[in-house]
Amino acid sequence: MIEGILIGLTTALTLQNILMVMVGCFFGTIIGMLPGLGPMTAIALMIPITYGFDPATGLILMAGVYYGAVFGGSTSSILLNAPGVPGTVATSFDGYPMAQQGKAGKALAIAAWSSFAGGTLSAIYLLFMAPSLSKVSLSFRSPDYFALMILGLTAIAAFSSKGQFLKAMMMVVLGLMLASVGQDSLSDITRFTFDNMNLTDGISFVLVVMATFAMSEALTIILKRNDPTSAAKQVSLTELGSIKINKEERTKMYKTIPRSSIIGFLIGVLPGAGATIASFLAYGMERNVVNDEEKEKFGKGSVNGLSAPETANNAACSGSFVPMLTLGIPGSGTTAVMLGALLGFGVQPGPRLYMTNPEIFWSIIMSMYIGMVILLILNLPLIPYIARILAVPKNYLIPLILFFSVTGIYVMSFNNFDIYLMIGIAVVATFLRLYDFPMPPLILAFVLGGLMEENLRRSLLLSNGSWEFLWDRTLTLCILLTTILIVVWHFYKSIIRK
Amino acid sequence: MNINTTKIISLLFFIFSAFYLYTAYQIQVFAFDENAPFNARTFPIYLGYAGLFFSGLKFILPEPNTIKVDHKNLEYKKTAILIVIAIIYGATILKVGYFLTTSLFLFSSYYFLGERRWVLMFLLSFPFVAAFMYLLHGILDIYLRDPFLQSIGVMG
Repeated sequence: MIEGILIGLTTALTLQNILMVMVGCFFGTIIGMLPGLGPMTAIALMIPITYGFDPATGLILMAGVYYGAVFGGSTSSILLNAPGVPGTVATSFDGYPMAQQGKAGKALAIAAWSSFAGGTLSAIYLLFMAPSLSKVSLSFRSPDYFALMILGLTAIAAFSSKGQFLKAMMMVVLGLMLASVGQDSLSDITRFTFDNMNLTDGISFVLVVMATFAMSEALTIILKRNDPTSAAKQVSLTELGSIKINKEERTKMYKTIPRSSIIGFLIGVLPGAGATIASFLAYGMERNVVNDEEKEKFGKGSVNGLSAPETANNAACSGSFVPMLTLGIPGSGTTAVMLGALLGFGVQPGPRLYMTNPEIFWSIIMSMYIGMVILLILNLPLIPYIARILAVPKNYLIPLILFFSVTGIYVMSFNNFDIYLMIGIAVVATFLRLYDFPMPPLILAFVLGGLMEENLRRSLLLSNGSWEFLWDRTLTLCILLTTILIVVWHFYKSIIRK
Repeated sequence: MNINTTKIISLLFFIFSAFYLYTAYQIQVFAFDENAPFNARTFPIYLGYAGLFFSGLKFILPEPNTIKVDHKNLEYKKTAILIVIAIIYGATILKVGYFLTTSLFLFSSYYFLGERRWVLMFLLSFPFVAAFMYLLHGILDIYLRDPFLQSIGVMG
């Protein structure tokens, strides 16, 4: 392994490859900041360029774009509550309120440091555990995935604010219902399209997230006569963009980062799970482990609440490389695009990759770490300037948020119907938010809907329609028992509070 | 039982779930799939029942924290205008083109939100959209349909 690491370092530290990581991080950050253009688009845009390089350099460039786009997605989540990337939805829960309190620079800095730490720790995990973890990830079966998704959805509902469990569960069901629109993945039978061709492919994630977060946030601000820039007006531009993190906040991060990086990495390793589930689970877990005083701050600008999903989503990015490189199974949509590029280079990923092409395997792992460092060096100095977006007066900020939302949808589909659908969902979401119906459970359910149905389908078909698959395997049973424990614990705490 | 808006929303969700469930039962599946343990309508049917269950519970159970919204203080007029502008924007973007509709959308939104600094309003609409369009279309090579710019010969 030492020999492999040295080969990787030698390849990753060439001037050309360092330059590639820098270029990748820079463009990735810019593209990630634009709603609607996530890491998948960013990498897809880079593929034609990478074919001019050798495989290692091409993949290093794509890894840089990947990390940059994830970080860029966090920036729009924190500043505008407009997460363009599913993995950064959870970042907005506490990042956006923190920015609204005039601490935009601090929120971005916490996100940057947490991403860096999450990425660094996961690169270390990857270094030592990649080959053995690939075997573990293969031991996960459909019932385990189904149980894991039930756990994720229940956890997010249970960890919503006080007395909102049923409202959150209603939102979970609504999210799953929205996800069920369109063609059935196996039989291609259309469902809930009402003969409208525009719904055949289903509703896009970016549309739902833009409608329920960015657009409905903008409409709520106008409706409630709020001023999102009021806190920013009360502090100086220097204070708004200040990236100083005090000792108390650092202490909180020291505790949050290790546990969130582990959960992020492990979830990232599971094929199909990815950064979104990782960030939601890390957020839920963090809320559960902190003390009651800190718990109250969740959703209102908690340091732990911001640091946990940011650490986890970056850790999951590294984790998702494990099944891709060692098994040839992409852990997310983004790594699926990268896998396509890898095959285009004539490299066959699999258990023997790190023996047949050690320079590719290890140089990607090494460049991940170098990418983290470069991302931090590039982005930290820019934070004070990026944070000034919040000093833009409300009369300009709101139309700009609406503009980014509509553009995000328009560049994806070139379709009027999607814009109308987005406006419709945004109006409903604004009304629901007015009565405290939480939106995060809806988004998570929407993301997981397809996967959940797929895994339930496989499980039921394999067990001949019997629900015994829920307790046949120890792992499934353990995950489901954890789910039940969370629900019971939630109700117990509610009764105690009364 | 005290009926508040949350209860009314729960009731509406209950009705919506019932409609969803009815539609789920109407999904046409292949004949050979009709009695399979899982087909295209299985998951939606479960979802329909879950929706009925949770919204029913929410409707029946007492509300611990009733949310009161002061409707008199809500800015319905501006919100409605903004929604209408967005709908018009959506309706014209394909026919007229990205540049002109987006610029006009931004300009009119600034105006209806009470902004009157004309120069700034102009700078943050037309030149801003042009720069953004250049980034997407010119640098990132993302196609943006624009019949207006094509008709005046700016775009090929």
